[in-house]
This record gives sequence, C-alpha cells and structure tokens, in this order.
Amino acid sequence: MTSTARRKSYGVKGAPYGFLIPASILFVLFFALPIGYAIWLSFRKVQVSGLGLGAGARKEVWAGLENYTDAFTDSELLDGALRVLGYGCIVVPVMLGLALLFALMLDSEKVRLAPFSRLAIFLPYAIPGVVAALLWGFLYLPDVSPFYFVLDKLGLPQPDLLDGGPLFLALSNIAVWGGTGFNMIVIYTSLQSIPAEVYEAAKLDGATPLQIALKIKIPMVAPSLVLTFFFSIIATLQVFSEPTTLKPLTNSVSTTWSPLMKVYQDAFGKGDIHAAAAQATIIALATLLLSFGFLRAANRRNKRDVSQGVAR
Amino acid sequence: MPNTKRRRLFEIAATTVAVTLGATALAACGSEDDGDAQSGPVSLTYWTWTPGMDKVVDLWNKGPGKKEQITVTVKKQASGDTLVTKILTAHKAGKAPDLVQAEYQALPTLVSNDALADISGEVGDAKGKFAEGVWQQTTLGTDAVYAVPQDIGPMMFYYREDLFKKYDLTVPMTWDEFAETARKLKKASPDTDLTTFSANDSGLFAGLAQQAGAKWWTTEGDKWKVGIDDAATQKVAKFWGDLVEEGAIDNQPMYTPAWNKALNTGKQIAWVSAVWAPGTLSTAAPDTKGKWAMAPLPQWSGSENVTGSWGGSSTAVTTDSGNKEAAAKFAAWLNTDGEALNALAKESGIYPASTSAQLSGAFTTPPDYFSNQADFYTQAAEIANTTAPSAWGPNVNVAYTSFKDAFGAAAKNKSDFTAALKTMQDDTVADMKKQGFEVAE
Repeated sequence: MTSTARRKSYGVKGAPYGFLIPASILFVLFFALPIGYAIWLSFRKVQVSGLGLGAGARKEVWAGLENYTDAFTDSELLDGALRVLGYGCIVVPVMLGLALLFALMLDSEKVRLAPFSRLAIFLPYAIPGVVAALLWGFLYLPDVSPFYFVLDKLGLPQPDLLDGGPLFLALSNIAVWGGTGFNMIVIYTSLQSIPAEVYEAAKLDGATPLQIALKIKIPMVAPSLVLTFFFSIIATLQVFSEPTTLKPLTNSVSTTWSPLMKVYQDAFGKGDIHAAAAQATIIALATLLLSFGFLRAANRRNKRDVSQGVAR
Repeated sequence: MPNTKRRRLFEIAATTVAVTLGATALAACGSEDDGDAQSGPVSLTYWTWTPGMDKVVDLWNKGPGKKEQITVTVKKQASGDTLVTKILTAHKAGKAPDLVQAEYQALPTLVSNDALADISGEVGDAKGKFAEGVWQQTTLGTDAVYAVPQDIGPMMFYYREDLFKKYDLTVPMTWDEFAETARKLKKASPDTDLTTFSANDSGLFAGLAQQAGAKWWTTEGDKWKVGIDDAATQKVAKFWGDLVEEGAIDNQPMYTPAWNKALNTGKQIAWVSAVWAPGTLSTAAPDTKGKWAMAPLPQWSGSENVTGSWGGSSTAVTTDSGNKEAAAKFAAWLNTDGEALNALAKESGIYPASTSAQLSGAFTTPPDYFSNQADFYTQAAEIANTTAPSAWGPNVNVAYTSFKDAFGAAAKNKSDFTAALKTMQDDTVADMKKQGFEVAE
C-alpha cells in the first residue's frame, strides 16, 4: 500500500521532467552543444611546423586565452565595434522615433487610409536585407543613381554617400527603411490594446489629442518601446549584410567593417576558425551584457514608477 | 632579347629549386594506401563553380564514363575564395568530395592541409599538353602532381580602338608609355579616364607583380620567405599609386554598376585584364561591342616580352576520395580530351590551359564581342606562352584580404601605395608566424 502510493507520487513528481525532455534534448543538441563547441574551439589553435607541408605538419593544440588576448589587442575589432556604435547611435533613435510617430499617427482618430498606410510602411520589412542593401547601393552610386541625375540637372551639390561620415548615414538609412515598419507594428498593436475608456476619460477632462498622445499613449506603450529598443540593439550589434553588400561598390567599406564581418573574414577568408570562435564568443557576451543591462535598467525604472504611483 | 630569355629561364629554375626543397616532405607522405582496387560502378562528386559544367560532365557520363562505369555528379559552388575553406572544413570531417576545382594560388594551401591527393601515376602523361609554367603550378615543383590544369588567365591590355583614335592615343608598349597615355588623355578630356586602379580583386595586382618578376613566396631550406614587399612589387605599387595620386586614372573599384557604365559610355577607355575579358565586357559594356581591341600587356622595359596571369584554375582529387584512380581519370579527360575542351569553351567560356586546345575548335574564330579582331586567339596563345612563373604560398588568402583593405584605403585616400604594400607584407608574415610557419626575415 505504502509502496504504491510512493510510486504514484513519484510518477506525478517526475511528470514535469518528462515533459521537459523533448525541449531539453533539442536545447542541448542545437544550442548548448554548438555553443560549447565554439567555446572549446576558441581555446585552441592550429600549430604548423616547419614549412607546413605534408600530412603531419598541422596540429591542433591548446591555445589558452591566446585567441582572446589577440582579439582584444586587435585594433580592427575595436575599430569595428566603434563604427557599429556610431551606426547604432543613428539607427536606433531614428528608427524607433519614426516607428513611434507613425504608430501614433495611425492610431489617431482622424487618420484616413489607415490599412493602406500601415501596409506601405510595413512593406520594406518584408524585403530581404541583402536585396534592400543592393537596391539602396545602386541609388547611392553617383553614376547610376536617378537622384544624382536630378541633383545634377538642378545644379545642386552631389555628396558622395559611400565615403566617410555620409557612409554611416547611407548604411543607417537602409536599416531605418527596413526596420521602421516592424517596430511600428509592435508599438501600434500595443496602442490598440489600450481600453477606449481611458481616452474617453481623458477627453472628458479636456485633454487635447497631443496631450493624450504624450501623457497617456506613450507611457502606456512603454513596455513595447523597451522591447523594440532591445531588439534594435541586438540587430545593430549584429549588422552584417548591409555593409557586406555595399562593400564591392566602394573602397570605404573594409572587409572587417563590423565585428561580425571580422568574424566571417577570419573564419572563411583566413580559414582561422579558432580566432573567429573567440571573437564570436566576445561579441555574444557583449551583446548579452548590453541588451540585458538595458532590460534591467528599464525594469528597475518601471518598478520605481509603479511604487511611486502606489505611494501617491 | 636573348639576355631576357636567359634571365627568365634562370628565374624558372630558381623557383623550381626553391619549391623542390619544400617538396621532399610532400613526396614522403604521398604513399598512402589508395584502396581503389575495387571494380564495378563508381560514382564521384565534383565541386566546381564553372557555369555550364553539368553539361560538360553529361558528355562524360554518356560517353567514356558510361563505358568505364564512372558517374560524376556536379555540385555547383559559389566561387574560388570561399570554396577553399569549404573544402578544408569538409576534409577535416573526412568528407571532402572526390573532385574539386581549385585556383592555382589555392593549391599550396590545400596541399599543406593534406587535402589533395598525388595523382602523378594517373595523370603524369598529361604533362606535355600544358605550358611548363602552368604545369609547374600543379606540382609545386615536386615529383607529385596535385591537379590537372583547366583554364588560365594570361593578362592583356584591352582598349577602345575608336576612342584611342579620337583622342590621338597610341597603344602603350611599356608602362611608361601607359602613364603618358593616361596623362595625355586627361589633358584631352578631363572627364575621361584611361582606366581605374581597383582594389577589389587581388588577382589583378598579383598578376601585375608577377609580370614585374615578383616572387611572393619562396622557400629557403626549412623556412618560408615572403617577398610581397620586394623591389619588383614596390615598383608596381608605386607606379599605380602615383597615377592615382596625380589623378591620371580613376580610383573606384571594378565590377560595380558605375564601372559598367563608365566602360559602356566611354568614360573609361581601357582595361588591364586577362583573356577572359570578352565575357566580362559583353555584360558590362554591351553597347560598345566591336569597338574594343586587345594588345599585349605593356612591358617594364622595351626589350621584355612577359605577362602575368589573373585567374585560372585546375581540377584536383582529394585525399578523402575512395576512388582516386577513377577521379583522376575524369580530371585528365575533362582537361585534355578534345571533345571535353570544346564543350568547356562553348558551355563555360573558359580559356583552356591545354596548349593544343588554345588554337582549335572554339578558338579558331575570335570571340563574338571581338569579331573585329580576327586573330584574337592566335595572339592570345602567343601571349599565354610568355606567362611569367608564379610563386604561391600557404596563406595567399590572408595576403589577398590584406590587399583589399590596405590598397582599398590607399586608393580612396590617394595615399602612399608602398605603405599599403608594407602592410600587406607584414600581415602575411604575421599570420604565417602565428600559425607556426618558419619565416626567414
């Protein structure tokens, strides 16, 4: 009697773990193991002896932290990080600012053609990043761009968008063009879920549409803003396809323009997967730190606001 | 003239000796058990980026392959640069395909990773079908043979015949004349450039340096010697750097829509390129068909007659192949059989490494785009015969990447090209040392 009861309770206790097994196996196979392997690779290197010719001339040996110290002392990786930082400082505020603005405009009562506008703003997101970069690349090239043709005909100055500072604007523009629609939809969806009574109450109190937008709508969609900001930071740190696509068009984009391009170059250009693994690990950690650091900071502020609200 | 000839011979001998020294180690490891004694149907996989190769392989599968029961399947690849890494990665897992296409400069890298099999026993007889300088690249100067040459890219000078006449320019025979031509054109028509210095294809610069007599990788005993920053290459770098700096030529990359337009509208009127240029020009500058002409590459001194090579590849058998003998048989057929070479020329538009094929079949008439130059391929074959020997090393990929970045920046800023060359040398040596190669200072 007691034994069956125990077995029974044991079975019930074990059930959650049983349900977890499929997910855990997938997690281990396709997530933990590859990451673990990459980290393992990052601590190793290939050692060549002599001329490096012949069967036994190449050995994989333990490298310790060598790949990591190399990565941190490699100015190209740091320069790449700084370039991406500059790029992010343009992309994130502009993209989210526009997304919020469009979402608020679509949500306002007087808007016409809302479904069409929503689709039109969202559509660029459906275009693959590489295609978008190619498209814009053609528009940036003075000799083939219709814009330059018009500028030329009007006698206006024709800046070289693929060089120096304007290059950052050119790259950011591609990201903003492609990403605004998605972020707008996220914010717009959350605007739609605000109960109508809130607006009614505000109107009865005599609030103008602008006041409603600033004092009610924006604070109430703050969680979506945090979310979109979080996604945008990650996307910025991982920028790869836009500069890679523009690279053949100009001398200004090097093969190691962004940190991920450096990883790609080391792995597939130089064939040094160990250095690439170390850099990938560093980038992953930096992304984790930055994005979760931001999330924590945002959450803390939210909690403080809530507790202040209660105290009031 | 005899003087230069003797010098060239000496140079060839010198490289051969240099590479042979490194080869004893190679020969020692070539005696793996090959285990292809098996008979019966054999199926092989072939990684290649050549367009239309499937059609050429069909000829094999329906003809000689059917007789010998050897079926080849083509797996289309992107391009040479990334394929090396892909082969090495597959080789690490012991799963490289039976046959691979490999650019000549990639062969040392592949051999040093023990990825390519010695097929001298199967294809050794083919040696006579190729120019010595071409064949030497597949042996790395050893007794072993690691690949069968497929196509080559001897460099030539292409120019707009009509516009040269219009601007009263003559075809430059030397690089000094080339510079003068560029300046004269700039004076006559400030918006027009003779050509551009492009930093996005390292093969062009490597070929120009090769023409000047550069030896980028050689061996000294147990040590590698990197000569990227040697006098010959410095001369080439300074020449182009000066032209860019003074604005005599353009500094924008090739293969962009802007470049296509410049060629198509006569904004750029010449191109230092290789034998495959007609194909590129026909897509880049379709409107100027019949207006271009080809001439030998300008020389560094009037008495010389030598060219570099830009591009070209070979067919190799991997050490992972379980049917090396069958694979080698196919590689030899593909690159020496008349029917196969004709098909390669027709379907893939390649310029064959096989000397006999250079003047037969598809190459008896000029390319469509150059219908105005009846002796195009006769001249091409003569130029191909003057190709300087090459000296590739185990990390060409690193040097090439470094070139793109360093020279790209130098071209953009119109700054010192010799400084960029120094960067290229330093990056290459640093990478070799990091990997553990012995490098002579």
